[in-house]
Amino acid sequence: MTDFPWLTTLLLVPVVGAAVVALLPRGFARAREVALGFSLLTLLVAFGTLGSFAGSEGGFQLTETYPWIPQFGVSFALGVDGLGMAMILLGTILVPVCLVAAWEDVPAAGRRQQSYFAWMLLLEAFMVGVFAATDVFLFYVFFEAMLVPVYFLIGQFGGPDRARAAMTFLLYSLAGGLIMLVAVIALYLQGPGGSDGFLLERLTGLQIGGTTEALLFLGFFIAFAIKAPLWPVHTWLPLAASESRPATAVLLVGVLDKVGTFGMLRFCLRLFPEASQWATPVVITLAVISVLYGAVLAVGQTDMLRLIAYTSVSHFGFIILGIFAMTQVSGTGASLYMVNHGFTTAALFLIAGMLIARGGSREIAAYGGWQRVTPVIAGSLLVAGLSGLSLPGLNSFVSEFMVIVGSFQRYPVAAVIAALGVILAAVYILLWYKKVATGPLPEAHPAGAATARDMSMREKVVVAPLIAAFLALGFYPRPVIDLLEPAIQSTLQEVGVSEPVPAAEGSDR
Amino acid sequence: MTFTAPEIDYLALLPLIIVIVGGLVGCTLEGVLHRTRRYGVQLPVAVGTLLAALVALATVSTDRTGTTAAGAVAIDGPALLVQGLVLVLAIVGLLVMSERLGGSQPDAFTQAGMSVPGSADEAEATRLGATTTEVYPLTLFSVAGMLLFPAANDLLVMFIALEVLSLPLYVLCGLARRRRLLSQEASLKYFLLGAFSSAFFLFGVTLLYGYAGSMRLDAIAEAVSTRAGMDGLLVPGVLLLAVGLLFKVSAVPFHAWTPDVYQGAPTPVTGFMAACTKVAAFGAALRVFYVAVEGARLEWQPVVAAVAVLTMVVGAVMAVTQTDVKRILAYSSIAHAGFILVGVLAMDAAGISSTVFYLAAYGFMTIPAFALISLVRSGGTEATHVSQWAGLAQRSPWVAAGFSFLLLAFAGIPLTSGFTGKFAVFSAAVATGGWWLVVVGVLASAVTAYIYVRLIVAMYFGDQPGDTVVVTPSALTTFAVVTGVVVTLGLGVLPAPMLELAQSATQFVR
Repeated sequence: MTDFPWLTTLLLVPVVGAAVVALLPRGFARAREVALGFSLLTLLVAFGTLGSFAGSEGGFQLTETYPWIPQFGVSFALGVDGLGMAMILLGTILVPVCLVAAWEDVPAAGRRQQSYFAWMLLLEAFMVGVFAATDVFLFYVFFEAMLVPVYFLIGQFGGPDRARAAMTFLLYSLAGGLIMLVAVIALYLQGPGGSDGFLLERLTGLQIGGTTEALLFLGFFIAFAIKAPLWPVHTWLPLAASESRPATAVLLVGVLDKVGTFGMLRFCLRLFPEASQWATPVVITLAVISVLYGAVLAVGQTDMLRLIAYTSVSHFGFIILGIFAMTQVSGTGASLYMVNHGFTTAALFLIAGMLIARGGSREIAAYGGWQRVTPVIAGSLLVAGLSGLSLPGLNSFVSEFMVIVGSFQRYPVAAVIAALGVILAAVYILLWYKKVATGPLPEAHPAGAATARDMSMREKVVVAPLIAAFLALGFYPRPVIDLLEPAIQSTLQEVGVSEPVPAAEGSDR
Repeated sequence: MTFTAPEIDYLALLPLIIVIVGGLVGCTLEGVLHRTRRYGVQLPVAVGTLLAALVALATVSTDRTGTTAAGAVAIDGPALLVQGLVLVLAIVGLLVMSERLGGSQPDAFTQAGMSVPGSADEAEATRLGATTTEVYPLTLFSVAGMLLFPAANDLLVMFIALEVLSLPLYVLCGLARRRRLLSQEASLKYFLLGAFSSAFFLFGVTLLYGYAGSMRLDAIAEAVSTRAGMDGLLVPGVLLLAVGLLFKVSAVPFHAWTPDVYQGAPTPVTGFMAACTKVAAFGAALRVFYVAVEGARLEWQPVVAAVAVLTMVVGAVMAVTQTDVKRILAYSSIAHAGFILVGVLAMDAAGISSTVFYLAAYGFMTIPAFALISLVRSGGTEATHVSQWAGLAQRSPWVAAGFSFLLLAFAGIPLTSGFTGKFAVFSAAVATGGWWLVVVGVLASAVTAYIYVRLIVAMYFGDQPGDTVVVTPSALTTFAVVTGVVVTLGLGVLPAPMLELAQSATQFVR
């Protein structure tokens, strides 16, 4: 089975699914079931891919390369390392969860419902593509094409201010992408060229040096920083996340924004090692600012979805700190964080969505005492929140700890300041939980609050795998770390940084 | 001194001859056929003529490259490719023009072009059932000019081609059936400014003749490479010539006519004109810049680069302020002209192939875009205000989806031809050191994206129900739109064959 084109299959199944769902006859009442079926099939293929993936090896596996536009030097080249594999798994697990969570978003069967689910499946395909592309041009194509489904998911199905949110999101991302386009073209011209000149392997290890490398690095980094999002180019995220449906927000923040940090690891560090080290002080500073800024703003939010968005800004700060600290531990921690953050954010958004569906408001102030109204939802929110504040035993703890420890080896000051973010995390999560779940019901509570039903079976199906993932990744992260470690190792080798020697090593004290 | 008639390779010029004969036949048919039968005959004759010309181009002319007619006409790779593109786009454009929407005449055109709008003459012509089929020979003559324009190897021939392609267009622009005053204003504006730019072109020709002692492009090229001094004739000559060409591609600051004419002209004509004129004019510009005055590029390239920057910036920024769909596309066509100029300025083989590819991509998205605009109606006339498009997706999902896809292509989103084209011209420019042009280009793209996205927002996310309706088109328009969308997708997903074709045809004969 080693020759089986796993990644292409993984890409094609959701594309076919999207087309089928979009073109189902108008009267067909089971579009959602069909969409879910395709997403589960994709998940199955993803597990098959994992089965053929030899975890211990670094470098790209399951590679497929076909000429695509030889005139431009573009190949249709797919391949995954441990990091890509982990991100694809994250995405393919979250999509069916989101589809179930979005079951009632567009209740009436018809064109609108079909297009909602079709866009989700198309998004899944682009997601696989962006994490599996080993050709810079192909990556760029997926990177940009991804905007279209998200744009329609937000703009057509989002909240009251959806048009502005969709537009802000698209223009921000497009602007970053276009800057990257210039860098992509210039990078090709720095490389060996030819009909496969965009292949990652042809472009790694180019000794570009000097101003050129710095400019190319910036071209890529700005696009990724917008995507991630890093302070100060994060302003689109709270708007986009709060105006989306929770399921869309999960895919947007939980998976797609990872393309930013993924791109930093895969492209910025590997292709421009010298410039990456040159930029490190600034990036680390921005990352630490993000950690604190996101956390402080999260404390002050009155809108639940915006609060989650700002926690993500803070968490992305941690991830970027871990990446640019460039130690084995921090890098592995950062990439593990990418996986964990996906699950945590998914749970937070989806459970918040359940509350909003019952309470009818995104305002935290409209809630109170819900642990008596809907105890299971409130309890799940607490678990998800604890995962968000990195409680030991839950998933985020391992990764956050690794990032801080790893970064401390090289940048102790930054690591210490960033650690304040952990404390702030406890503040914003627990305050939120306190206001929503404890105390009396608010005077002007929504009419349905008193009679709101607790978590339905469908919602339990949504939450259960997420909480299972928290526990599994919290108590036994080893398999995932084993998957990620070789990828980080080979990236750091490419950058050419040596591991910092711990100060205490070799001393007899 | 005796006059020797030059050898003319009629077979190499066969496509041109076919189109001219087709136009003359069309004129004759107008005279001999009864009104009721004209449409049924003119449409197949016109389409058949263009198809025959295309076949002749592909089978006969391709084997007979070289200069002919005493070096006045050059049939070479770029010329053939541009001619082929003009012919294909003209067929698609003609189909859209022929849309009758259930009536007996092409719907977009007035039955009494000469009469004063609202006059008794107009009512009389309508009552008598006057036809609008004169658009077919007019279009064919215009196409003939477009075929000759990029193949002209002599500045005088080039001028004649310019006039032959322009004059029928001036008339066509004034023939709109609805909002006739606007249409006639557009026609007059286009004519006056066009005449003005022709004068500039001729002045440039004169100066270059004074400089080189010949109007043939190869002779001018030779003079540029061998003759020192006399820059006082050469540089103004080139720049004045460029004014004439840049006017036709609507580059800033020679763009003032574009929004008014695009808005006023019958919408199918706008599509035809935007696509085909641009293709032909850029074909001619490539030949002038690459063959005749390539040697003096240090003198004129900075000026044209400045024009390119202005064109991209002004086109993009002005598009943002528009509220009329046709004017938005007009300014977007200006911005696109700027992007194409970036490719032209690369001054190497990649510059030629990327320019031609972009032209193909642009042509195939523009004609269907205008065709779709002509279907959206309110109170009997076209509803071109953005607010009238609100919520269109709910009533006409296919029209909205098609138009949105084309808008994404205009914006240059990957997997559409717009992205491939932009990538082609930008990479050609970066490879030859024009990276600062490219930076301006991507920034302008981001700005134009805003306006396209705003249109999509109106169609999909707006809810206001208006009295806007979408009329159901016949097979002609449907075919043209589907062709355009399929090509736009095809050139985005699998552009390799077209790129290969463009790259194989980058050698100008001199």
